[in-house]
Amino acid sequence: MATEPIAAEAAGTCVDSYGSAIGMPQLCFDWFPNQIFWLVVTLVVIFLVLSRVALPRIAAILAERTGTITNDLAAAEDLKAKAVEAEEAYKKALADARSEAQRIAAEARAEIQADLDKAIAKADAEIAAQTAESEKAIAEIRAGAVESVKEVARDTAAALVTALGGEADQSTVDQAVDARMKG
Amino acid sequence: MATATDAAEGSSLVFHPMDQFIVKPLFGDTIAWYSITNVTLWMFFAILAIIGLLVLSTSRRAVVPGRMQSVAELSYGFIYKMLEDICGKDGVKYFPYVMTLFMFIVVANFLGLIPTAFTTTSHFAVTVVLALAVFLTVTILGFVKNGTAFLGLFWVSSAPLALRPILAVIELISYFVRPVSHSIRLAGNVMAGHAVIKVFAGFAAVAVISPVSVLAITAMYGLEVLVSFIQAYVFTILTCVYLKDALHPHH
Amino acid sequence: MEGDLAHIGAGLAAIGSGAAAIGVGNVAGNFLAGALRNPSAAASQTATLFIGIAFAEALGIFSFLVALLLMFAV
Repeated sequence: MATEPIAAEAAGTCVDSYGSAIGMPQLCFDWFPNQIFWLVVTLVVIFLVLSRVALPRIAAILAERTGTITNDLAAAEDLKAKAVEAEEAYKKALADARSEAQRIAAEARAEIQADLDKAIAKADAEIAAQTAESEKAIAEIRAGAVESVKEVARDTAAALVTALGGEADQSTVDQAVDARMKG
Repeated sequence: MATATDAAEGSSLVFHPMDQFIVKPLFGDTIAWYSITNVTLWMFFAILAIIGLLVLSTSRRAVVPGRMQSVAELSYGFIYKMLEDICGKDGVKYFPYVMTLFMFIVVANFLGLIPTAFTTTSHFAVTVVLALAVFLTVTILGFVKNGTAFLGLFWVSSAPLALRPILAVIELISYFVRPVSHSIRLAGNVMAGHAVIKVFAGFAAVAVISPVSVLAITAMYGLEVLVSFIQAYVFTILTCVYLKDALHPHH
Repeated sequence: MEGDLAHIGAGLAAIGSGAAAIGVGNVAGNFLAGALRNPSAAASQTATLFIGIAFAEALGIFSFLVALLLMFAV
């Protein structure tokens, strides 16, 4: 608020000599052309700046962002598909490996079984051979023993007959002993 | 209220709520249509602010926006969506025009809130030009796009036949009142807020009332921040609604 | 004397601003009541809300303008 009175002609019709407004400054028609002129200039400048530079640029940025987001989403979708694929492959490999392992195990088992069977057969044959040999030996021994018993029995019988005062006839004693031993 | 005699008497309570709206020449004494005044200065600041906000902030073209670029994109999306929602797809080509109006009003309103600033949008000369531009655009566009079918805007075909002439008169009057209310709403709101703040500032000269006065100024300032944006929004949304009438003049 | 009458007239005209305030309050209050009943529809109607407020307020602005004219221009 100016306190110095200013020249009346400088103040015009809208400002008093103290620089204060007379009535409403909005209704001072002296100022209208100035305001309208500069407003139109301003609006034209803003319009040109916006329509030539700012708005296309912001639209481009927004479009680029939408594009980037769409691309990223597509890439994510791709990666997800790849991950699923990889999982499938992994599962398949796992199943293959498992069946292979089973096959190898079965093979090994069969091989071992064959070896085992062979070994058992060999052992069985050896055992059988040894058993036969032993039986033969036993039979021989038994035969030998029977023979010895006969001999001993004859001798004993002859000695007994002699001791009792009889005449030991060798052939009679042998017959008697044989008859007893059969019975 | 504010008279020279009050000032001359040196009273402690001096109100000059309208002095902030005085147009002053920056060079020389007279105001011709081309003189550089405080109007020019603050409109220039408005241009600078808009360039800073919408052009410089987006110069990096970052895909992940910074703060200023976010504001630029938000304001773009805000007006674009408003225009598209109200006018439909064919209204989108008037987007630069609507955006120019919105950006100028919102930036000028906010610049006017800076203490000691000159508020260009508080002047009827400015808002009337803005509103008349909208009015003329809409009217011319309506006739160019629809021919005489544009007059169907005033002929309410859904009303009973007897009522239609009366309704036509009412519609016609309301159509021509549009630029008046459109412009005076903006200038009136802005001017009223600034004048009220000045009145409270005048009370601050009295020591007893000054704390209340400062509180009231603070509260009014907060309200004015809100009003600055809402009035720009309302001006723009009404522009969109009028534009819709021109593009689709059927009720 | 004429100036005093103009001031009284300005004060009377300013009542219109209060009346517009009632109107704006009506619009906003009814919007809020509706929005609380059906919050999902509220977001799409904010534009309508602002248009309604703007129309209600315009008449208050007219009375305010009349007051200003009486104060400063008469």
